[in-house]
Amino acid sequence: MTQAIQLLVGTRKGAWIYRSDEARAAWAAEGPLFLGQIVNHFVRDPRDGRTLLMAASTGHLGPTILRSTDGGATWAEAKRPPAFPKGDPHGRSVDHSFWLEPGHASEPGVWWAGASPPGLFRSADGGDTWESVEGLNLHPQVTDWFPPEGGTPDGAILNQIVVDPRDARHMYLATCSAGVLETTDQGATWRPLNRNVRCDFLPDPYPEFGQDSHYLALAPTDPDRLWQQNHCGIYRLDRPGERWERIGEAMPREIGDIGFTIVPHVRDRDTAWVWPMDGTEAWPRTSPGGRPAAYRTRDGGASWERQDRGFPTEQGWFTVKRQAFCADACDPLGLYIGTTGGEIWMSGDEGESWRQIAAHLPEIYSVVAVPAA
Amino acid sequence: MIRVSIPSQLIAYTDGATRVEAEGASVGAVLDDLDRRHPGLKFRVVDEQDRIRRHVRIFIGQEEARATNEPVPPGGELLIFGALSGG
Repeated sequence: MTQAIQLLVGTRKGAWIYRSDEARAAWAAEGPLFLGQIVNHFVRDPRDGRTLLMAASTGHLGPTILRSTDGGATWAEAKRPPAFPKGDPHGRSVDHSFWLEPGHASEPGVWWAGASPPGLFRSADGGDTWESVEGLNLHPQVTDWFPPEGGTPDGAILNQIVVDPRDARHMYLATCSAGVLETTDQGATWRPLNRNVRCDFLPDPYPEFGQDSHYLALAPTDPDRLWQQNHCGIYRLDRPGERWERIGEAMPREIGDIGFTIVPHVRDRDTAWVWPMDGTEAWPRTSPGGRPAAYRTRDGGASWERQDRGFPTEQGWFTVKRQAFCADACDPLGLYIGTTGGEIWMSGDEGESWRQIAAHLPEIYSVVAVPAA
Repeated sequence: MIRVSIPSQLIAYTDGATRVEAEGASVGAVLDDLDRRHPGLKFRVVDEQDRIRRHVRIFIGQEEARATNEPVPPGGELLIFGALSGG
């Protein structure tokens, strides 16, 4: 059964909300919201269904968090956005917040933010004021995990925070220079979780940390199953195991297993989608061969099938970034991608076919699908 | 009282005003007072380590300020600009 969906779209030049009908057939745009603001992430709180947070900055000004507590009718700026403490021993200041994560269901009002340079911040008041999480930000190894010269073309980032739905104390981080980090005490202590994850760009190809974890997802029906799209391949880890398995080895050789994101099925622990990006030679990070496609596994990564019906069959050089591929929870499940060329495409049949629902937007950074309020 | 010129990127904080007034004997003090009058403005201009942000330029009269501890003379003027950053 399907239902009306809202897509929260963050772009390099502002934010938009796309609203569908119950069949997800017709879409209407609202926006631009905050035209000119660089919106890295735009998220709704699943616990109350009406708090919206936006990680924003501009080309000139420092970063902030924009908040709505009434589903987007009115907006205000966070009173104290994420920032390192004054006098930080490493001299850090937040360039931009990259990822916003609602806290555990048992902790209403708690939010987490990941930033560039890598830093973790916590709010206990619905995103209005933020505190530095010193267990990570002042960890004795913080400069090993996040060397000042490390990072992506847009800077070093703590690019993702994942909270175990069974235990508010258990969290994972995905980072661009320390791979995956895990805490079991809600951020007081951390340890790397990267065994058998390859690092093509370091002398030791299997270090304890140093990996670039692009995206991490827990299977919604089995939070012990972790899916990871890494800079160097697609991986899966079933906890309490510690050793990641490179399930991307089963991808077609000519496509490879490089990409930015991975989307698990909301009801099936063995199903997930990836969006492959060309990782050859100069790392163009475009659809391999100019032929856009998602790839789906239905057996935990043992095999993958191509899903490209509806996409351009030639000269389609899509780039889909970390937060710009998502699913809804409908049956059949809907999938959504946002491209750096400003297009949104959707599938209403679990990837079997795709159609464009928006074009001509600025470079898309994030797409989040939520049920209509 | 210091006269302050506000760039377009910050007029959302000043109800659209491009010219406002604030008190203070240094760049940082003027920005602190501006932030009291227009909450949130300072953090968009100066980071948490009191560094002027990379794409913001602040002038005391005709002279560019490089740090927030530079003095502002009584009755002087502070001009805030968005530096070259766009596209």
